[in-house]
Amino acid sequence: MSARLQRAVRDLIDGVRAYPIWGRLGWQDIRQRYRRSLLGPFWITISAAAMIGGIGMLYSQLLHQQTDQYIPFLAVGLLVWFLFAALINDACLAFIGAEQFIKQVKLPLTVHVWRLVWRNLIIFGHNILILVPVFVYYHRSIDERALFSVAALLLVAIDGFMAGIVLGLVCARFRDVPPIVSNLVQLGFFLTPVMYQTQALGNQEWIAQVNPFFHFLQIVRAPLLGLEVPLDSWAFALGASLVCLLVTLGLFSRYRARIAYWV
Amino acid sequence: MPHISAEGICVEFPIWNPSHRSLKNAVLRATTGGRLARESSTRVVVQALSDLSFEFARGDRIGLVGNNGSGKTTLLRVLSGIYEPVRGRLEVSGRVSSLLDLSLGMDHEATGLENIVLRGVLMGLPPLAIQAKVSEIAEFSELGDYLSMPIRTYSSGMLLRLAFAVSTSVAPEILLLDEWLSVGDAGFRDKAERRLLELIESSAIMVLASHDESLIRRFCSRMLRLEHGRAASVS
Repeated sequence: MSARLQRAVRDLIDGVRAYPIWGRLGWQDIRQRYRRSLLGPFWITISAAAMIGGIGMLYSQLLHQQTDQYIPFLAVGLLVWFLFAALINDACLAFIGAEQFIKQVKLPLTVHVWRLVWRNLIIFGHNILILVPVFVYYHRSIDERALFSVAALLLVAIDGFMAGIVLGLVCARFRDVPPIVSNLVQLGFFLTPVMYQTQALGNQEWIAQVNPFFHFLQIVRAPLLGLEVPLDSWAFALGASLVCLLVTLGLFSRYRARIAYWV
Repeated sequence: MPHISAEGICVEFPIWNPSHRSLKNAVLRATTGGRLARESSTRVVVQALSDLSFEFARGDRIGLVGNNGSGKTTLLRVLSGIYEPVRGRLEVSGRVSSLLDLSLGMDHEATGLENIVLRGVLMGLPPLAIQAKVSEIAEFSELGDYLSMPIRTYSSGMLLRLAFAVSTSVAPEILLLDEWLSVGDAGFRDKAERRLLELIESSAIMVLASHDESLIRRFCSRMLRLEHGRAASVS
């Protein structure tokens, strides 16, 4: 193992071990956003609920869908999409946003990446509460297949972490990248079957099949909606994660030491 | 055995104008030759430290002097592991603690006590070890009941007291100081100075960057003078 790779792996291990640091900083990010407000972080839940309620009512009409089918589908899809979008958009600022820390104190650089992943998982945890009233109201139940959704979320968190390293690093060097990425994420939202069913794409279903977002969304969403665990999407997601791992290790070992100079 | 050895270390900061930071231009540079490629080769680089060599051993108290921009703070950051030298070899063995930015990471909405834990964790202490130290730190800061108030209610002097109390609560093997720390009102200042002296006493190696040469003469046994990132004199 080359010395560079060794130091990168060291950083990765120390980063995980430093969970008391990113755990606290992640919570601090949430608390600061809702400081001194009565409901605090539950504003996250309420804003997402308002969005799902509004879009759900409107689009079930526009797309001629039954609300009892459409709203649970939309709720799960949107919440997962919010997580993806936030992970990717925050990933761009993983190191730029932590400039103060990086330049003043020696910490494993991956601490800053775990911080953003953890923060977004906390937000997701608040959001997911919406599913309780939605599922109760529409008489939905979840079974043991939901465990696959939990596993899928774990994979999403790990991939979010790797995206944080790669995008964080690229964005620290090239400051044009964050706006490019946020535009791509926006576009991704419309190309991914979040608001509409995959079947609605008709002959153009390949658009979903080549879209990594779709597969990651499927592995989380399908089991929660009482559908079969989508094995093909799992295969795609695992394959994509492996590629992501190689890219991450390559870039991080090559450029880790430069990050402090770039931010 | 704590020691630091540096051999020909160099630190250079690339200075990018917006066109160097733009992805479009980086792509164009890769796909075209000639003019654009020449632009990339004339990139401005600031040599913050060049070809610096030294050995610091146990018991050394090093004073770092030099004009503004001579590389003192950069060297401290290199020693604490923030910047890895672009060239040269640097070996640092021993637990390093740098008192560079005392209030880094403090949360203004959290109480004084919560911030003690937060700062302690950032300094690399396990949460349990900090819990054990909280009462000592609280007592030293003399902030009393204010410690259960959010620190946004503190005056800047009180904030510094708290930051100082936490940051100096653990004795490092290698202590890095950017300027002498002077905090609080007259009474507290004496107490803080005694604490800092104890900290220096217990550390194996101390590096103090300062413009105040009388301070350096008083506390340091060796001196490294930097000029434009080079060692002008070492004693």
